[in-house]
This record gives sequence, C-alpha cells and structure tokens, in this order.
Amino acid sequence: MEVIHPRNLEEALAAVADGMTPLAGGTDLMVEVNYGQKRPERVVALRRLADIADFSPTRIGAGVRWRRIEKEGPRALAQAARTVGSPQIRNAGTIGGNVATASPAGDGLPFLAAVDASIELTSGSGSRLLRWDEYFVGVKQTARRSDELVTAIVLADDLPERQEFAKVGVRNAMVISTVCCVVTRREDGATTVALGSVAPTPMRARRAEEMISSERSPSEATLAEFARLVSEEVAPITDHRSTEEYRRHAAGVLARRLLERCLRREAA
Amino acid sequence: MTTRTGRRSVQGGIGESTIRPDGVPKLRGEFMYAQDMHVEGMLWGATTRSPHPHARIVSIDVGPALAIGGVHAVLTHDDIPGPGLFGLEHPDQPVLAGDVVRYWGEPVAIVAAEDEDTARRAAEAVVVEYEELEPLVDAEEADARDEVFRRMKIRRGDQEARGSVVVEGYYEVGMQDQAPLGTEAGLAVPDGNGGVDLYATSQFVHVDQQQVVEALGLRPEQVRAHPVGIGGAFGAREDVNLHIHLCLLALYTGRPVKMVYHRGESFTGHVHRHPARMWYRHEADENGRLVRVEAKILVDGGAYASTTAAVLANACYFAVGPYKCDSVAVDGVGARTNNPPCGAMRGFGAVQVCFAYESQMDRLASALGMDPLELRRRNALATGDRLATTGQVIDTPLPVVEVIDSLAAMPLLVDEPGSGGDLPGGSGLTTEPRHVRRGVGYALSIKNLGFSEGFDDYAQARVRLSPEGAIVETAAIEVGQGLVNVLAQIARTTLGVSRAEVRHVDTSRIDSAGSTSASRQTQLSGGATHEAARRLRQRILEHYRADDLDDEGVWRGDTLVAAWDDLVRDGWEETVTFRHPPTEPPDENGQGKMHADFAVAGHRAVVDVDPELGLVRVLRVDTAQDVGKALNPESIRGQIEGGILQGVGLAVMEELVLDRGRIRNATFTDYLLPTILDAPDVEAILIEQEGSWGPFGAKGVGEPPTISSTPAVVAAIRDATGKELNRVPVRPQDIALEEEVAR
Repeated sequence: MEVIHPRNLEEALAAVADGMTPLAGGTDLMVEVNYGQKRPERVVALRRLADIADFSPTRIGAGVRWRRIEKEGPRALAQAARTVGSPQIRNAGTIGGNVATASPAGDGLPFLAAVDASIELTSGSGSRLLRWDEYFVGVKQTARRSDELVTAIVLADDLPERQEFAKVGVRNAMVISTVCCVVTRREDGATTVALGSVAPTPMRARRAEEMISSERSPSEATLAEFARLVSEEVAPITDHRSTEEYRRHAAGVLARRLLERCLRREAA
Repeated sequence: MTTRTGRRSVQGGIGESTIRPDGVPKLRGEFMYAQDMHVEGMLWGATTRSPHPHARIVSIDVGPALAIGGVHAVLTHDDIPGPGLFGLEHPDQPVLAGDVVRYWGEPVAIVAAEDEDTARRAAEAVVVEYEELEPLVDAEEADARDEVFRRMKIRRGDQEARGSVVVEGYYEVGMQDQAPLGTEAGLAVPDGNGGVDLYATSQFVHVDQQQVVEALGLRPEQVRAHPVGIGGAFGAREDVNLHIHLCLLALYTGRPVKMVYHRGESFTGHVHRHPARMWYRHEADENGRLVRVEAKILVDGGAYASTTAAVLANACYFAVGPYKCDSVAVDGVGARTNNPPCGAMRGFGAVQVCFAYESQMDRLASALGMDPLELRRRNALATGDRLATTGQVIDTPLPVVEVIDSLAAMPLLVDEPGSGGDLPGGSGLTTEPRHVRRGVGYALSIKNLGFSEGFDDYAQARVRLSPEGAIVETAAIEVGQGLVNVLAQIARTTLGVSRAEVRHVDTSRIDSAGSTSASRQTQLSGGATHEAARRLRQRILEHYRADDLDDEGVWRGDTLVAAWDDLVRDGWEETVTFRHPPTEPPDENGQGKMHADFAVAGHRAVVDVDPELGLVRVLRVDTAQDVGKALNPESIRGQIEGGILQGVGLAVMEELVLDRGRIRNATFTDYLLPTILDAPDVEAILIEQEGSWGPFGAKGVGEPPTISSTPAVVAAIRDATGKELNRVPVRPQDIALEEEVAR
C-alpha cells in the first residue's frame, strides 16, 4: 500500500484527482479494510493537513475531530459529537469523514440538516458549496465528484438559539444509532426537526416542523400530534439493529422530547 | 549448623488475594498472547469459508490461489491424510468440508503463504462452485423431522400430581457469543520427523492433541500441544477450530505456520451459546410449595454435534432450578440445523433454563400474591434433599437458603434516578429522570461443577522443588481466570513454603488436566496440586524423620537437617492424578447420580427503565454466591463482576442475529458487549461452607455469576414496566411496543 502525506491542500487535491483514496481519521476506512471490504492500493493521508482543520462559528474544517467539536461545537453538534464512538475514536475521527462517508447513521449529519448547513467541496479547479440536501443523495452516496475533497462544513451566522440532540442506541455509549434526532427552535417559534438512521440520508420532518412552528405554547394534544407526524414522515427500514416499527416510534418520541427541552429553555 | 529463629507463617497461601504473576505484564502490554507468537521462517495461514449455510460443493479450483506469488500451499478435503473428522463428543465435523457445506462460514480450504495479507488474498482466490441447498434453520422443524443430536426424557415421581395454582410460560434465549477479546490464534511447528508442535488458543490441550492425531491419522507421540497465552475463552475454546488446519499446513509445507482469526472470522470460527425455546408449566399448592414442574426444552445445536448432547442434558437436569419438587417431567431436544454450530459457553445449558424457571417462579409468586423471595425460600433445596429432576441426593453443602437470606438482607444502595448521571440511554441524552421507572428483580441458580454423566474427569499436576521454590507443573489452561494464582497458593499452603509458581507444560510431559471449563480447575487441578504437595511434604518429612518444611529446608525441631538446595539437588517431586467422586450416566428416566458437585448463586438487580423508548440502565447487580472456601477472594470477585456483566449482556444486548443461517452482526460494531458505562455496581457476599471435595472445601466459581444475573435483570425490567418479556436479550422494541408473547 502506498501512502502519501501531502504538505498542503493542493498536494492533497492532486493526489485525490490521481485516484488516491482519502484517509482522514480512519475510523470508517480502516474498519472496511479490516473486514476486507476495501483494499486501497494508494492512500492520501489527510490527518496532518492544517489547511482543512480551521474552526470558526460559521465554518468547521473537514479535518476537525470530534473531540474538539464535543468541547467547542454548537450545542446540538457537540451533543452529537459526544456519542461518536469512544474517546479514542473521537480523538481520531473527523466531521469531514462523517460527511464524506454519508452513512444514514452518521451521528453528526442530522445537525447539518437541522441548520441547513452547506458542504464545501474542493478540487484542483476550485471550490463549490452544496446545501446538505443537494449533497446527500443516498445510502453512503453523495454529490462529491471523485476528484473532490470535502473541505469544510459551512454554517449560517445565526444558528437557532435552542437546539437539542439525542440518539437512541442499544448500549449506553459506543453504539451505532438506531435513531438520532436534532430539534432547533427560534424565538419566533420557527422549528426544525432532523433525523438520522430513519431514511437513506439525513432528513427533515417538514410537515411536523410546519405544524409546530406556528404553535407558541403547544398543548399536550399538539405535542402528541407533532410526535405522530414525525413518526409518519420518517422512512426507516428493518435490519439487524432494529425494526421499522420501533424506529418510527422512537423518532416521534425523541422529536417530542427534544422539542419539550427547547420549549423549557424558551420558558426559562 | 543453622539454628531456627522461629517459623514464619507462609506468605501468599490460600485465602489471600495474591497478585497474579501475569497481571503486571498484561497491564504493561508485555504478556505474550498467542497472537504475538513468532518464529523465524514461519508462514501465515488463512481459511476459505463457505458463503452458504447449506450447499453441495460441485468443484474446487485452487489454481488461482496457487498462482499468487508467495503462496506455498492450498489444501482441501482431498489433501487430508486421515479420517479428516473431529468433534468433542464424537467426530462428525469435517476438518475441511468435502461434498457438502452445512453452515455459513464452514472451512472449505486452507492456505499457507509468506505473509498474512497474501494468505488472505489466496484464501479469497480459491474458486469453489456450489450448488445451493435449502438450509434447515428452524429448530422446531428439525425436531419434527427428527434431525436431532439427542433427546432427553426425565420422569421423576408421581406423574399424576397436580397443584391448585398453575402458571404456564414460553421462553426464548437468543444466541449469545463468548466474544473473547483474544481471537483464535496459533502456531504449528513441524519437528522434521513427521510430527508437529502445536501452540494454539485452547481450554483443553490434551483433547486438542487427541483430535489432531485422530483427524490426521498420526500417532499420539507425533503431536505435542502446548499451553499458550490466552485472552479469554468462556467456552469458545473447548472445540477445535484452527488447530488441525495449522498442523496440516505445517506438516505439508515443512515450515512453521501461524494463523490468527480476524474478529469477523472469530464469530464464525467458534461455537456459540445454544439458542433455546422452552415451554414450562409449574404447579404449586396454596402455600407455594412446588407440586409439579413440566418443561419442554429445545436447543438449536447447529450443524455439528460439538457438545450439544451435554449442554442439552445440563439444561434438562437443572430445569427446575435450586428447588424441591417431587413430580417432574422434562423433555429435551438438541436439534441439528444449518445454523452455526453451538457448544460450550459459561453456564453450559444452565443459563437457558434459569431464565425460564426463574421467570416461572416470579409468575407463580405473582399468582399466589407472595413475595418472590419468600416463594423461593419455601422451595429451597438443601443438603440431603434430592435434585428435583434427577433424584440425586445432594451430599455437599448447598446454601440456597443462605443465598436468599443474604440477598434479602443486603441494603439497596441506590440513589434517585439520574442523580449519578446514570440514566437509560447514556450518552445519547434520550432520557430525563421524569421518564424513568425503577425496578428490582431477583433470581437464583444452580449448576454442576466438573464433568458429569460418568465422564472420567481427572486432572494431573506435578509439584517439584527448584532453586526458585516449588514449581507446579500442569497442562491446565489459564484463560484469564486466575489458575496461575490459585494453584501456587494451594502449593504454598500445603507444602509450607512461600515461594511457588505455576509452569505450563505440553501434552508430552504431563497427563491431562481436563478442560478449563465447567468451573472445574480450582477443584480438579487444585485438588491434584493439593494432593501432590501434601504427599511430597509427607515423603520429605518421613525421609528426614523431620517435623517441618519451609523455604530454608527441612527441620527437625530447631535443626535444619537438609537445606532447600539439597532438596532441589535430590530432585524431589510428586505427580498426582486427582479424580472427583464418580458420576454415572442417566437411566431411561433421566435418573441417577450424574453430577459430582453443585454450586448456587443468587442475584438482585436494580434497573432504571425508560419504558417509552425501551431503554434500560442496569444500576446494580448484587449477589450472594456459594464458593465453598474462598481461596483468592479478589479473583473470585473478578469472576463475579465479569460473570455478572456477561449475564447483563445476555439480558439486554448480546445476540448473534441470524438470517437464514447467516450471522448478520459478526462485528464488534453490531455484536454489542456491555461497556464500562453499561456495567452495574456489584456488591458480592461470598458464602463459605466447607465440605465439598475441592481443596480446602473450595468450589468452582466461574459460571454461577453469569447464570442468574440474566433473569434477575429481566425480572427487574418486568417490575419497572409490567411487561411479560419472555425473551432475552430484551430489545428496546420489546419494552416500548406492544408485546407479541403468546406461543
């Protein structure tokens, strides 16, 4: 196996354009290698590439690791970061890797959907920004061209004041999500609900959002209807980790609980 | 002449929590596990496995694999110089599949190559043409078709006896995996004369050696199996897996060959805990005394026999639990299917039935309106009673009532939900204290110690004197449980010396120690060590007409009559083969003295449950355990905490998920073991009642912690939620959604 360590982004992009496999924290790629699913011959190692490890309120470099996001990221993304693997994994894994792999269960992805983040893709001929719903196109499928690298996550400069994340897994830590969810809410009631592990890509529960955004102090019945709408909108499957029925149920429960947390913080 | 200054007490003897000699090297990463072995010039082996659970092998083309540079051998069924079969109870399993593959992952070809990666690529390059056959994957269908390894029938007492209170239930236990952290690994070194030295992960090297000899048509003296460093076992290493493959490749290539299974391969490369389906009917009088118990127990043995017959028998023998009952009918079936083969795992049949009978006892308590512990106390088995199933009179201490009373007296020691941050859902932040309901549950268990049903169960140990102190030589396998501690402690106390250590020797240098399983080595190899040390001391004292032996030498009064170095020079040693009291096979009604000894344990679990999401946090599992005599209390606590965690795993997360015979989650990503954040706090009471035949009255302690911890956790979840929960592991959907229980 040939491994190169580019000194700057230009060298990395040239290597990618040359067909080399990008390796960031290795927490996805190395698992596939260990299980014999992939046998990359030529690898470009991005770990020491400072060019893509910048961090600001509106821009998170693709090379930023979960450990840093857990401490410094926006609230719901930090909560999500805390659920990524173990401390060792969080010290290695990057948000760019999560976005590039685009697993339906990616812990960081519902946040991107909830705040309408954009993905910055860069190639030798320049950069382009794709909104999350243009970028994620299917199970582990994205709009990234093979000569491009994910270089940053771009966020709006007015993220919602209230944002909450939660994830259901069968174990108390170090677990692939069965369902994960982010709910955000603004002063004016505008609410977003994003979910993971319940569709081929991260998704928004638009009907539930629309219904609840106009409710300033939702009643018990409204909250129940909100949960029902979320359960209805998700499109989960049954696999070895859970069932469609449970995922629908848990999606509604999580969304409602997170909304309630937002409302409590609103009241406080 | 040396004058004695007063006898020192022996340091590091029984009853002390001595530090294990391999502990520091393991912590520092310096201990040599089987995976770490290396010899110059060795090749690497790899295995081609069936992608189908059931298929006819039409053809195998090894050409493409052999064409890869660095590949030295690609062997198939046709290359085996001997019967090519193995099996713990009877040899029914092909070393490499011949005409037919019978389970997903069955070995079809093996390769040896210059390096590991080349070996794996070569294994993938073997072209096997299969004609797929319909797999038989349902144990009930196998039973109906009479595809079985063993049927058991137990009938005891008046079969017409009837009680006034009746509870019935159907229960299921999923397929648990031992998931030892060390995967299968080994090295075979040819001796140049047609023989081979095998260094491989194992629980029982003598039976490995025997199976290599028989499968490859060798003479016994041509194969030596050596104990190696092992990272966990839990039953998975009783069966042969890579052992015969390694020897075959080493003999064929004339080179040392090493093989290490990857994690995914490990899940397919060893046997699993038998999944079970169990139908129960308990009848009691109005005072709660058991009048009759009926059970049907169906375990899925998978494609090959392994130890299914013995696991099934154990499940049937312990089908009533540690309770008295004089009217019993148990029918058992060990089904043969195209699922992965199942065999030994910690608890060995006693685990599956314990979940069922303890669930039944709670149902009965509920039907009677009685406290669950009081119901158990009223039915508790005691020394002198007969085991409900087999009629065997219990003639060693059996402190069932003491276990119950100890559990009842333990303070609960738990705070308000969430006060310690330990909420269901953990780091996923799903759950707030207001979503939580707490539950408490109890369960008891009983299991045999040592091998049963007339098996000639023995262990040999040798004690000799060396410049470094006493040496205990044994082929008994250390898998992490602490054998290297306890045998040395027994030798120190018995000889009266403070320096003793355990040395592992290969199968040509000592007779069998038997298996490191059935909670047996403390009693069996410990018994052999104890007796060898006792005889050695006695012979030395008699020889010198002396009255004491210590680290300095032999004493007559205050006079040293022979120094330690003199004893070493004279080559004093003693070898003992220790047997436990004889057992017998069952009669046609499953009656007889099938077991050598028993141990009981009880667990109390406290859980917080988020019923709406079905998430569980196991806060505490407290226990009282019958240990006979605590030879190393800290080691016992290690067994207890680890065993409880394995039981918690079975209760709430550990299951191999099968789809038409294929394992869907053969990774640590998806086969979930409890992490430290899932580990409950544990308070343990060790109940010491001497009188067993183990050394100093000790009993085996390895299995009991894992048996009743599972039903205790489920009882606590039921207490919190009111759900029936007739299946383990309990999944979130089982709690959160409407139940589909009836069968």
